[in-house]
Amino acid sequence: MTTALTAPSEHLNIVIVGHVDHGKSTLLGRLFADTGSLPEGKLDKVRSICRQQGKEFEYAFLFDAFLEEQEQGITIDTARTFFTWKGRQYIIIDAPGHKEFLKNMISGAARAEAALLLIDAQEGVKEQSKKHGYLLSLLGVRQVAVVVNKMDLVDYRQDVYKAIEREYREFLAQLKVTPERFVPASAKLGDNIVKQSPNMPWYSGPTALETLGLFRKETEREHQPLRFPVQDIYKFDARRIIAGRIASGMVKVGDRLVFSPSNKSANVKSIEWFNVEPAATEARAGQSTGIVLDEQIFIERGEVASLDDSVPLVSTTFRCNLFWMGKRPLETGRKYLLRLATREVECEVAAIHRIIDAGDLAARQTQTTVGRNEVAELTIRTKNPLALDLYSDFEVTGRFVLVDQYDVSGGGIITEGIRDEQTVWREEARRRDIAWVKGEVGPDNRAAQYGHRAALVLITGGRHTGKSFLARRLEVQLVADGRHAYLLDGENLRRGLDSDIVEGDAAEMVRRFGEVARLLMDTGLIVVSTTNTFGQADHQAIRTLVNPAPVIAVHMSKTEEEPPSHTDLVFAGPKDFDDAARQIIEELKRRGVLAHAIGAKPTFQYSI
Amino acid sequence: MKHLRQLEDQSVYILREAYKHFDNLAMLWSMGKDSTVLLWLARKAFFGHVPFPLIHIDTSYKIPAMIEYRDRLAREWRLNLVIGQNKDALANGMNHQLGRVVCCTALKTNGLKNLIAEKGYTGIILGVRADEEGTRAKERYFSPRDKHGDWDFREQPPELWDQFKTTFPEGTHIRIHPLLDWTEINIWEYIKLENIPFIDLYLDHGDGTRYRSLGCAPCTFPIKSSARSVDEIIEELRQTTVAERSGRAQDEGRGMELLRKDGYM
Ligand SMILES: Nc1nc2c(ncn2[C@@H]2O[C@H](COP(=O)(O)OP(=O)(O)O)[C@@H](O)[C@H]2O)c(=O)[nH]1
Repeated sequence: MTTALTAPSEHLNIVIVGHVDHGKSTLLGRLFADTGSLPEGKLDKVRSICRQQGKEFEYAFLFDAFLEEQEQGITIDTARTFFTWKGRQYIIIDAPGHKEFLKNMISGAARAEAALLLIDAQEGVKEQSKKHGYLLSLLGVRQVAVVVNKMDLVDYRQDVYKAIEREYREFLAQLKVTPERFVPASAKLGDNIVKQSPNMPWYSGPTALETLGLFRKETEREHQPLRFPVQDIYKFDARRIIAGRIASGMVKVGDRLVFSPSNKSANVKSIEWFNVEPAATEARAGQSTGIVLDEQIFIERGEVASLDDSVPLVSTTFRCNLFWMGKRPLETGRKYLLRLATREVECEVAAIHRIIDAGDLAARQTQTTVGRNEVAELTIRTKNPLALDLYSDFEVTGRFVLVDQYDVSGGGIITEGIRDEQTVWREEARRRDIAWVKGEVGPDNRAAQYGHRAALVLITGGRHTGKSFLARRLEVQLVADGRHAYLLDGENLRRGLDSDIVEGDAAEMVRRFGEVARLLMDTGLIVVSTTNTFGQADHQAIRTLVNPAPVIAVHMSKTEEEPPSHTDLVFAGPKDFDDAARQIIEELKRRGVLAHAIGAKPTFQYSI
Repeated sequence: MKHLRQLEDQSVYILREAYKHFDNLAMLWSMGKDSTVLLWLARKAFFGHVPFPLIHIDTSYKIPAMIEYRDRLAREWRLNLVIGQNKDALANGMNHQLGRVVCCTALKTNGLKNLIAEKGYTGIILGVRADEEGTRAKERYFSPRDKHGDWDFREQPPELWDQFKTTFPEGTHIRIHPLLDWTEINIWEYIKLENIPFIDLYLDHGDGTRYRSLGCAPCTFPIKSSARSVDEIIEELRQTTVAERSGRAQDEGRGMELLRKDGYM
C-alpha cells in the first residue's frame, strides 16, 4: 500500500489503543485516506459496498479485513498496516479495544515503540482507557500520546477536552508515565487528524499525523553492557557455532565471555556470518549472529553471555509485575514453565503480594489466584537458577512469560532479585571462577587424556548403612578400570584444613569442603565422598560451589525413607556393594562423565 | 538497508527458534520471490546449511521455468526437496475450470494436508507476509492449526517479547511465518542487497509485461510493466497503488478468507 516515492529511511512500530468504539479504526482509515495512502479504488469500493448494503459509509470499514468482524463491529485481532509519511514508515498495529481481546492488544503493544491512545470526548475516561494505559506502562512502551476523539459530539468545547486531559494525566502520573501530548480531534470529520481544524481555534498544537512524526526512535541498546542469550549450538560443519541474538551491548573477536549461570568462560575466536564479505569482527545489539569460542566449553541454550565486568544476577527467586491472560487462573503451588530470553525453567508462584485493579490501580485483597486479565505483584521461585536482570536496567533479560499447558499465558517484568539460601555460595563460586588463573591445560585436554571428565559422587545415608564401604568399593573399581578417582572423606578435612575452626561453625566447614572438592575436580578427578557431618542444606551448598560440574547423589538407607531431593540413585544398604558400585558407574556413563570405552574420547553431552 | 538487516535479524531469530523447538520441521518453497527469500534466510540462520526439507506442492499446472529453477537451486544448495501432489484429485481431472476455490483447495490445501499427515510434520515454515492481503495481516509468527489443519483466528495465542507458541497438543501443528513483517518492496530490496537468484518471469522481456506474483499458469496473469531489473521493479512498486495479488484469481470475492480458514497457505 506504500505510495512514497523514496525508500523510507526509518521505521517505527506504533500501536493504537483505547476503549472499544472510541474510534481507533476510524482514525486509522482517516490517516490513510487523507494522506492519499490507500490503494487505487479502495475508497470507492468500500463506499459502493456500503451503498449496496444501505449502510452509512465508515472509515473504519477500510481495515476490517474479515467479514465476520464487520458483522460484529469489533476489530478481532492485531492487524498490521504500513503507512509511510515524510520518509518514515509506520508499522501500525491496530490493536482492538474489546475486553475479550486484551491478549491481542498485548501482542500488539509488546512490539510497539510508541502508542496512540484514544479517548471518546463524549464518554470520557473509561475502564479500558485506564487498563490500556496501565498495560502500556507495564509493557515498557514509554512514548504515549493521547487523542481525545469525537470532539464534534461535544461541540468542540475546550472545557470538556481540558477536563479529560486533567483526569487522564493524573491517572498516568500514578504509573510514572508522562504522555507526550494530548490532541483534540474528530476522526470521523477529519478535525486535527491531518489538517489543523478551524473548529477548535483554541488548539494550536500538532495534529494526530504530526504527533506520529514527533515520536522518537528508541535509543539504541548497543551502548548497554553485553547480554547474549544462547539460542542454540550448531555443528553443521567443522565449526561449533554458538547462535543467538544480541540483546544488548556488543561483542568483538577477542572478548572474554562469561556464561551465566554456569560461570564458564572463554574467548571469542571468530564471529560467523553467511554471505557477508569481509566477515565482520564484531556484532551488536539486535543482531542474530554466531560465535566461535577458542575453547570447547560445554554450554547450553538458555545461558546468558556477558563480559566479566557486568554480569547478570543469578537467582531462583525474584519479585515481578505480571499480567495474566490464561484460560485458567494463575495459582500458587501449581507448576508453570517460565521462559526468559532463551531460558526455560520450571517455576511456581511463591507469593502473591497484591492484585491490582487496572481500572483504578487499587490493590485488591490478597488472594491465592490471579484471574484472566488481572495484573499482580508476585514472587516467583524457579526450580533451577537462571540469569536475569531488572527490567529497569535491561529489557530483554528483565522480562519473561509463563506457559500454562500449551499457551503463553502471562507476561511479567522483574522488579527485584531476591537472595535465596544459595546466593552467598553462588556469588563466591562466581567470583572465584571468573578470577581463576588457568594453565595451558583445560578440562577438555584432561578429559581427552584421562578418558573421562571430572565429577563428584556424593554418598549420603544414615549410620551403619554401609555408605563408607560403598565409597571405598567404588574408588577401587574406578581406579582398577583406569579412571582417576579419589576418596575424599569429610573427616580428613576436619583434622587438617579445618583444625582452626571453632566447633559448630558448620557453614565454614561446608565452604571449605566444597572448595576442596572443586579444586580436586579441576585436576580432572572423579571425587568420591561420604559426608556424614553435613546435612541436606549443606549438600545443596556443595553443589552450588562445584557448579557446573556434574554431581551424582547416591543415598543409602535401611528403611523405606524418602531420599533427599536431587538424589540420583537409592540403595537399600548394607548389601550388594558390587552391584551398587556398578550402577553408579552406569550412571556416570549415562551422564557423559565416563567414555564408554576406556581411553576413547568421551562425548560431552551431560547436562547439569 | 538498516531496516532490511533488522527484518533479517528477526526472521533469522524465528527460524532458529523453529529449528530448536520442532523435531519434524519443513519449509514450503513455491520458488516465488517470497519463499526464495525465506530459503535464503534459512541459509543465513544456519550458516550456509538448510537443516530441514523443503516442500513443493506441485499442482502440475506450474510454469515450466519454475520447475527448472527449483531443480537447479536444489542441486547447487544441496537442498532436501520433498514434492507433494494430490494425485487422486489430478487423476479425477481436477482443474481450475471446476472452480478456482475448489481447485486450490484440492490441489494446494489438500495436497499440503496430505503430505503433513503422511510425513508427520509438526512445524511448517511459510513465506506469508502481512501486507499481502487482509487475512494475512492477522497472522502470528507461530500460528497453531487444529487437527484438521484449520485456523481459528479468534483464539490465537498472544505473542509477546519473541516468546512464541512452541508447545501444542498431539495431532495439531504450527505454521511459522518468519516473513510476516516484510513488504513486497522489502523482498525486492533484499534480493538486490544479497544478490539472490530469482526466476526471470518477474522481469519484462520486451513485450511490456511481467509477473508480479507467481502461481499456477492458468490462474496467474502478467501485469503491464516494463521493469527489466530489480531496481526497476523497486522503482515501480514505490509508485503503484495497485494491489500485488491483483493478478491472482483466487483472491476475488471472499476466496482468500475461505481458503485460509481451511488451511491454505
Ligand atoms: N461523531 C463521531 N463519531 C466517530 C468519530 N470517530 C469514530 N466515530 C464513530 O464511532 C464508532 C466506532 O468507531 P471505530 O473506529 O470502529 O472504533 P474502534 O472500536 O475504536 O475501532 C463508529 O461508528 C465511528 O463512525 C468521531 O470523531 N466523531
